[in-house]
Amino acid sequence: MSSGSNSLIQGVSLSQWVGGNAWTDTPWLAFAAVLGGTALTIGFMSLTAMVLVYAERKIAAHFQCRLGPMRVGWHGILQSIADSLKLFFKEDIVPTNTDHLLHALAPALCVMATLLALITIPLSPSISIANMNIGVLFLSAVSGLGVLGILLGGWSSNNKWSLLGAMRAGAQIISYEISMTLSILVVVLFAGSMKFSTIIESQATGWWIWRVPVVGFVAFFIFLISSTAEINRTPFDLAEGESELTAGFHTEYSGLRFAMFFLAEYINLFIASSLGAILFLGGWMPFHIGHFSTFNHLMDLIPPGIWFAMKVCGLIFLSMWIRWTFPRLRVDQLMRLEWKILLPIGLVNLAIAACLILSEYYFFVWNPL
Amino acid sequence: MEYIFIIPVILAAFLLVFGGLWASSLIAPSNPGQVKNATYECGEKTIGNAWVQFNVGYYLFGLIFLVFDVEAAFLFPWAVVLRETGILGLIEVLVFVVILILGLIYAWRKGALEWV
Repeated sequence: MSSGSNSLIQGVSLSQWVGGNAWTDTPWLAFAAVLGGTALTIGFMSLTAMVLVYAERKIAAHFQCRLGPMRVGWHGILQSIADSLKLFFKEDIVPTNTDHLLHALAPALCVMATLLALITIPLSPSISIANMNIGVLFLSAVSGLGVLGILLGGWSSNNKWSLLGAMRAGAQIISYEISMTLSILVVVLFAGSMKFSTIIESQATGWWIWRVPVVGFVAFFIFLISSTAEINRTPFDLAEGESELTAGFHTEYSGLRFAMFFLAEYINLFIASSLGAILFLGGWMPFHIGHFSTFNHLMDLIPPGIWFAMKVCGLIFLSMWIRWTFPRLRVDQLMRLEWKILLPIGLVNLAIAACLILSEYYFFVWNPL
Repeated sequence: MEYIFIIPVILAAFLLVFGGLWASSLIAPSNPGQVKNATYECGEKTIGNAWVQFNVGYYLFGLIFLVFDVEAAFLFPWAVVLRETGILGLIEVLVFVVILILGLIYAWRKGALEWV
């Protein structure tokens, strides 16, 4: 069906290379690779967060018929760098009543959770840090750690706004985690693997969002809603609803500590979007249409990294579009949406998906065995 | 060796945050004051501590979450091998999930899913 894509999918992740002969043959090189990989991850994280903050401000501005940042650099392109420098030079105000240790620990926990999740994301067949065989499970486990940072930050601030914001965030994140896991499970069922590279390879002939009739789309829709709730973005940003809770769990954070929460939030947006792209939109797989071989060959010319970037950017834009379109939910509506609507739909969807697999009633049957 | 990056990344995260805070403290000004370091409540004088006992609305949600999250963790290995286990594996998991759904219906009828 698609002969060209098979040559694309062979690639080695950095951890596989280190774990192979490199560790015994050239231990210093392997050690340097581990250090370099970690440094690259941090660099990538900072750069992505800066680009996303700028993109959000520009897109928000244009949705509201404004221009957004225009002064620093061409069309304000250096605004994020100026802002991070400004936050670095700001006074670090820690209120006297806080629990000082936990107050400092909270942003570190948030950054840790996002960094751990980030290393599993394969950007292209040849660019991935850790390609684990339980990738999806690992990602959903470590991204759940982020809620610890939020709860700790809110509680240790000793501020009523922070406490309420953190409690809301805790309730929201743990609730929507179930729906998110159920929609991820649908893709794991179809791909027959939890490894990101295998999940992407299984979509060589078509993406899971449309290859499975209805079920794939329902799972994608649930994933979209629950991942938006997971990363505390509007319409689910009750945890930091400015009009009621000042700034929610990070009311008492300033300077660099606030910057760390902000960084973690935007990287979580990137992770959620790339997870959506990998599971439902084929990751770095090019777009192919059945037997249109000329079209498919043309699509193969675009490098896989670009394909992945395009899909992720599309999903991020969708998320920003949602943010400036929908009003914020009330906390009881939020809980009702999850427990009485999304959870039953998710469970039924999973059961239907399992039946579809056994009856092999989907397009381009994929057999991993 | 797939997991070799976990420890370096955890260390790097803490280094990034605490190193950054340390470096920032060398450059940034520091003029603490009694009013500046007071708890922020929109300009009003703070009344009492925030570390008090209060109704955590999601206690029941936390309990149900635990059940369903463990269920999801159980379903992951099943999802990977469903094609090998065939119809028998499907029926066994359906029995398991139906029992949990009965639990959800019970919680629903008892009003545990209402936010108070």
